[in-house]
Amino acid sequence: MARIKEPRVKMPEQEPQRRINDFEEVNLGLSMELAQQEARRCLQCKKPMCMEGCPVRVNIPGFIGAVAKGDFTEAAKILKQGNALPAVCGRVCPQETQCEAKCVLGVKGEPVAIGWLERFVADWALTQETPVEEQISIEPNGKKVAIVGSGPAGLTCAGELAKLGYEVTIFEAFHEAGGVLIYGIPQFRLPKEIVKKEIDSLKKLGVKIELNVVVGKTVTLDQLIMEEGFSAIFVANGAGLPVFMNLPGENLKGVYSANEFLTRVNLMRAYRFGEYATPVIRGSKVVVIGGGNVAMDAVRTARRLGAEPAILVYRRSREEMPARIEEVHHAEEEGIVFEMLTNPVGILGNDGGWVKGIECQRQKLGEPDSSGRRRPEPIEGSNFVIDCDLVIEAIGTRANPMVTQTTPDLKVNKWGYIETDETGMTSKPGVFAGGDIVRGAATVILAMGDGKRTAAAIDAYLKK
Amino acid sequence: MFQIVDKKQLSENVYRLEVQAPRIAKAYRPGQFAILRIDENGERIPLTIAQAKPLEGLITFIIQAIGFTTRRLCGMKAGEAIRDVAGPLGRATELERFGHVVLVGGGVGTAVIYPQAQALKDLGNRVTAVIGGRTKELVILEDELKSVCDQVLPCTDDGSYGRKGFVTTALSELIEKGEPKVDAVITAGPVMMMKAISDLTRPFGIKTIVSLNPIMVDGTGMCGGCRVTVGGKTLFACVEGPEFDGHEVDFKELVDRLSTYRDAEKQMVESHRCKLDGIIK
Ligand SMILES: Cc1cc2nc3c(=O)[nH]c(=O)nc-3n(C[C@H](O)[C@H](O)[C@H](O)COP(=O)(O)OP(=O)(O)OC[C@H]3O[C@@H](n4cnc5c(N)ncnc54)[C@H](O)[C@@H]3O)c2cc1C
Ligand SMILES: Cc1cc2nc3c(=O)[nH]c(=O)nc-3n(C[C@H](O)[C@H](O)[C@H](O)COP(=O)(O)OP(=O)(O)OC[C@H]3O[C@@H](n4cnc5c(N)ncnc54)[C@H](O)[C@@H]3O)c2cc1C
Ligand code: SF4
Ligand code: SF4
Ligand code: FES
Repeated sequence: MARIKEPRVKMPEQEPQRRINDFEEVNLGLSMELAQQEARRCLQCKKPMCMEGCPVRVNIPGFIGAVAKGDFTEAAKILKQGNALPAVCGRVCPQETQCEAKCVLGVKGEPVAIGWLERFVADWALTQETPVEEQISIEPNGKKVAIVGSGPAGLTCAGELAKLGYEVTIFEAFHEAGGVLIYGIPQFRLPKEIVKKEIDSLKKLGVKIELNVVVGKTVTLDQLIMEEGFSAIFVANGAGLPVFMNLPGENLKGVYSANEFLTRVNLMRAYRFGEYATPVIRGSKVVVIGGGNVAMDAVRTARRLGAEPAILVYRRSREEMPARIEEVHHAEEEGIVFEMLTNPVGILGNDGGWVKGIECQRQKLGEPDSSGRRRPEPIEGSNFVIDCDLVIEAIGTRANPMVTQTTPDLKVNKWGYIETDETGMTSKPGVFAGGDIVRGAATVILAMGDGKRTAAAIDAYLKK
Repeated sequence: MFQIVDKKQLSENVYRLEVQAPRIAKAYRPGQFAILRIDENGERIPLTIAQAKPLEGLITFIIQAIGFTTRRLCGMKAGEAIRDVAGPLGRATELERFGHVVLVGGGVGTAVIYPQAQALKDLGNRVTAVIGGRTKELVILEDELKSVCDQVLPCTDDGSYGRKGFVTTALSELIEKGEPKVDAVITAGPVMMMKAISDLTRPFGIKTIVSLNPIMVDGTGMCGGCRVTVGGKTLFACVEGPEFDGHEVDFKELVDRLSTYRDAEKQMVESHRCKLDGIIK
């Protein structure tokens, strides 16, 4: 058991001072030596607890064992059986609360760096000339399935169904496939080239992607079934509607939703304005409101666009922030200022209609609320103003009603999320749903889990 | 890719492009718009769909070349292709039998009222169109409108064509004359024009629908960049509009928000202007 004593490897990172000036990836990835060293720490448990923490049940000891032996092809094969987008998950999964949280090595010391190893294997596979995908021969079965939305849920479901022989078409509203992986999560955390390569390997399986189709507007679910011959549909259009706080001054110039800010920068490449035609307001002093991954991505993006300071305002305390620990740590290194226990009450403007500051109120923690977290309560008389020229609200998103409004027989709950049974089927026969449009804003891997599970359910339904 | 099958110049800076977009042509209803992106590096911009031919799979845009993207678009030729066109977006105009409807189009806003004229006529309305521009060259679609309206009144600011004066003058005469009484006004054009029209009809209690043109990104309710204040509430124009009750709209805020990227837009135009011919590349 000497291995337990061996420390977990460190992820090589780009220097904070350098990275605040560019959008290059922060984590550089493990070298082959480091990966094998880390892989040898794994105990190859008979009852691997780590797998219980993974929503898609990746065979973790299996692929890690292959890495330890230096058989990366084998590792990639095992990995891809469980996870269609490993290069993505290795980067953005909240491993610290999932697989790694359950790893037995974590009880007394540090868990195996499962996420980093996953990323290593996936990146290795992407650089190989002959794709590592099992050379499965696909038997077309002549049935068509439509998928709405090309986020992780839609992509995963498409891949699974294609392998089963279905003719799969993904309809995507935007001009680029990938969902939040493309328009939301920034380049410095998940390079777009990685997402593109993962999508290309789906296309090799025969999946068709039709861009610029806004389902509910361009075509309805009923038309896809009645007029275009689709036998089943998987709705995975995400939960992309931004929530605003309704603060006074919210419609001043210089107030964005995180969605708009990140979409301009990531999808439209506004950080390369000049070469690309979409502008973005580059604040010199920026306040981002929120405490989740989205807020963290927005504030770190603002910092890279030149904000000094880039400030995060969150109404609870540091411990309650839902963002990933790794991201909070990276943000800190990059000089992000944290204003905790602080709640905005109004946005102030100048004569030209631009933001000039934000009025906030200090909070103290009271009794726990329904979510189990202690509720922030305002401290009277503690109001103060933070000077800034850009405010970004990252306080959450809601369901987009575009699909459900035009499909009256699709049952939704009181928040507009689609209701499904345990197989993923909605109230409308043949129409399934999964990902954020069912769960509310969740995670990449949960969306992928839904995609995978639902693909099996669709197959069973169409074979009946 | 969405191929341009036909291009025509309508006035000095206004062009009509007919584009192959079968899905959009089929789903389109008057009042809706599309969002397009010329190429990989392009910006997404909203444009009203002025006409659709579902059988041929064609839609028409009428575009005023005012900035970087619209100028580049107007410089494209038939046979070339636009990379992305998404739509039809926004709510269709709530067309009903009003009685006597006056449509007021200013400049390229005339492109918005043209499909409405046809549909309103089909519903049995009496339709008058008031169309305006600074000078004769800027009055567009007069013949097309004549073929579907009971009456078309062109106006120019300088009196070079039609009546001299703003569209508001012509509208106010129509309201005062009251033969027949004006039951509803639908208007599209420059924001200040729509504001003036709304101010004019308010005292008479005439239902007034305006077509707003805030800056948009996705056009599907996902960013909130297009938010406008209507009746004291913040609404997303791309999904809840683009048409709203003109008497409820905060026009001042809209004008102000439209200036958000003015410096960036200038920079984009200047840095891409060809030194030799002044054309935006
Ligand atoms: C900024 C940000 C950072 C995040 N960071 C992390 C992280 O680090 N780790 C993690 O696990 N999770 C993270 N998440 C959450 C995660 O990205 C989502 O839970 C996940 O992407 C949901 O997947 P989905 O497939 O359900 O939907 P989405 O990824 O939202 O994809 C939906 C797709 O459907 C398209 N669409 C919408 N409406 C229509 C329509 N009418 N017709 C056609 N297409 C339509 C959209 O354009 C989009 O492409 C983050 C989210 C954001 C916004
Ligand atoms: C729903 C909707 C429908 C529209 N329909 C049409 C149409 O049918 N034909 C047409 O020619 N245009 C239409 N527009 C306006 C068109 O989208 C803008 O002219 C275009 O986005 C400008 O892009 P640009 O890069 O050429 O100019 P930019 O370089 O972005 O801007 C040039 C100048 O125009 C001003 N401006 C920017 N955006 C707008 C805007 N949305 N409206 C008015 N002025 C603006 C700016 O303040 C700037 O000074 C519509 C807009 C909306 C929201
Ligand atoms: S998919 Fe995510 S949770 Fe599962 S093993 Fe990989 S990193 Fe861990
Ligand atoms: S629990 Fe940890 S040590 Fe055991 S198999 Fe999983 S990763 Fe290896
Ligand atoms: S354009 Fe993004 S919400 Fe309307």
